[in-house]
Amino acid sequence: MTAQPLCLSIGALSATLPNGDRVLRSVSLDVAAGEVHALVGESGAGKSMIGKALLGVLPPGVRQVEGSITLEGTRLETLAPAARRRLIGARTALIPQDPLTALNPSRRIGPQMTDRLTHILGWPAASARARIREMLAEVHIREPDRVIAAYPHELSGGMRQRVLIAAAFAAEPRLIVADEPTTALDVTVQKQILRLIADLQRRHGTAILFVTHDLGVVAKISQSVSVLYAGMVVERAPAPELFATPRHAYTKALMAATPRYTHPASSLQPVNSAVLAELALEVRAADTEWKRAHG
Amino acid sequence: MILQKFLLRLMTMAVTLFGVAVVVFVVIRVAPGDPIAMMLPPGAGPEDIERLRALYGLDKSLPQQFVIWLGGVLQGDFGTSISLRQDVLSLVLGRLPATLELATLALLMALAIGGPLAILGARERGTAVEAGIDVAGGAALSIPDFLWGLLLILVFGVLAPIFEISGRVSPSLDLPFATQFYLVESILRLRFDLTADLLAHMFIPALALALPLAAIITLLLKQSLKEVMDLDYVVLARVKGFSETQVILREALKNAALPTLTLIGVQFTFLIGGTVIVERLFSYEGLGNMAIDAVINRDLPLIQGIVLVFALIFVLINLAVDLSYALLNPRLRHG
Ligand SMILES: Nc1ncnc2c1ncn2[C@@H]1O[C@H](COP(=O)(O)OP(=O)(O)OP(=O)(O)O)[C@@H](O)[C@H]1O
Ligand SMILES: [Mg+2]
Repeated sequence: MTAQPLCLSIGALSATLPNGDRVLRSVSLDVAAGEVHALVGESGAGKSMIGKALLGVLPPGVRQVEGSITLEGTRLETLAPAARRRLIGARTALIPQDPLTALNPSRRIGPQMTDRLTHILGWPAASARARIREMLAEVHIREPDRVIAAYPHELSGGMRQRVLIAAAFAAEPRLIVADEPTTALDVTVQKQILRLIADLQRRHGTAILFVTHDLGVVAKISQSVSVLYAGMVVERAPAPELFATPRHAYTKALMAATPRYTHPASSLQPVNSAVLAELALEVRAADTEWKRAHG
Repeated sequence: MILQKFLLRLMTMAVTLFGVAVVVFVVIRVAPGDPIAMMLPPGAGPEDIERLRALYGLDKSLPQQFVIWLGGVLQGDFGTSISLRQDVLSLVLGRLPATLELATLALLMALAIGGPLAILGARERGTAVEAGIDVAGGAALSIPDFLWGLLLILVFGVLAPIFEISGRVSPSLDLPFATQFYLVESILRLRFDLTADLLAHMFIPALALALPLAAIITLLLKQSLKEVMDLDYVVLARVKGFSETQVILREALKNAALPTLTLIGVQFTFLIGGTVIVERLFSYEGLGNMAIDAVINRDLPLIQGIVLVFALIFVLINLAVDLSYALLNPRLRHG
């Protein structure tokens, strides 16, 4: 295999909740430059937690206790907090799940889109505004002036998500974390938004860590996949390989439960009890080993 | 729509003020104590009393008195002070600026103390710094303004006399002022020597008034900030690369300020109420100090005038709060 340059490499990442339980159990995954890597798993599996750990926005009380996060060759743990923050601001972006809550209700759209460019990356205001117009055109917003001057509540959910996508790509980040970017939208809009993200990703060559619990989406958009259960990566494979020959019983169960990979999360429930028992054993084994290593 | 709302608002204000006028008018006449008896020399006979009562209109029935008084007020005539024998309106207007300056300075001090502490506490949430702020805030809040006044007199007046603790301005100074807004005028006239003297006099009473409000602002604003700090748009700002302080100032503060703002409006009216005793404590020549004299002397017209002016201020503060609320919240502005 030729060594593809890695955009993101996560090695043996463990994070704990305030009560000491692990939410992430030695997670390892690699994202090559320019590829879409899907993180798939049921609700509560820790998909968002991986993205938050990487972006440095873990919820209060949740701590990264072990492991490494390497972004384009830089070990994030070795950076001082301010330097890490600036690196994250310059090289990554987040497309959030809920466009309703991800925009500040009391600020106009324009400044919310340009502030990273002007305040963090030091662009002149005029170039930032020009860039934002370009990006709004790329996400097919026809009246950029109206949108730039609008407050979030004046836009529809789909429009807001377009705005957030445009803002995420504006600074040409190397890596975008897209955390279920379509789940909060109308079903009719979901497809458009997904296609939009895929288009922009290809055009800009941005790597994406794509969080979803929808295998149909995984099949459409990603080149590689990590299947997550209880904070544990149970299977990691290139997408075509995963769908052709799923190895782990849990992956198979997920696929069986998702006819033609097109149904939303609710259909992920009936994983059979033998599989669950096996998973429970794996989790227990992982925790025992971790406890032995850490006293 | 807007005009309709505005007119409705004006009417509500008028009704409120009318209610205040009625209540004050009745209460101070039902309360014991006869202003006429108090102003007469010991040897005066009943006919003297009758003559004076007629002079001040106190011989008529209550409703008649009220109608006469209200008619005057509507034409800007608030009557004549019984104890000072001067026009009530000019007395009140003469003292009002001193009180407004004191209360405004106190409000600014409360904001200057409370705002940064709230931001610091929110930034250091969950740490010993926040705990310390909570303790200090709780303590400041549990001591009322006049007690703060006494404590501060003790500290700054007796133990470390750096500030003045009596009066509004040093009596020896020549004042070139055309209005009673001494502080504002001293700044406009670039007479910073006078500004300094005025501030040296106002600092302690203003601080006494400010501390409880500063504590409320600190605790409430910190709480609101903390509630906002984990919202998605704040998290997104962190991902953009903004520091915690920048995140608070740019994203969180404006939205978190709304509940605090409403409370500041209410608390500011309490603060103005507090000026009555604090002004007395520091012999500060404001409206509150005059109000106490008026009550002691049973000076009915003066009391009425002062109370009505206080009520007007309260109503205007509420209006200002609502307006700034609309300014801060785009959804209300377009609604
Ligand atoms: N702030 C928090 N404090 C404590 N535990 C949390 C917190 N946030 C999440 N968790 C727990 O961490 C686990 C992983 O959460 P995470 O949000 O990463 O799940 P997810 O895979 O993204 O699920 P979903 O599909 O519902 O978004 C869950 O079991 C959740 O209960
Ligand atoms: Mg999630």
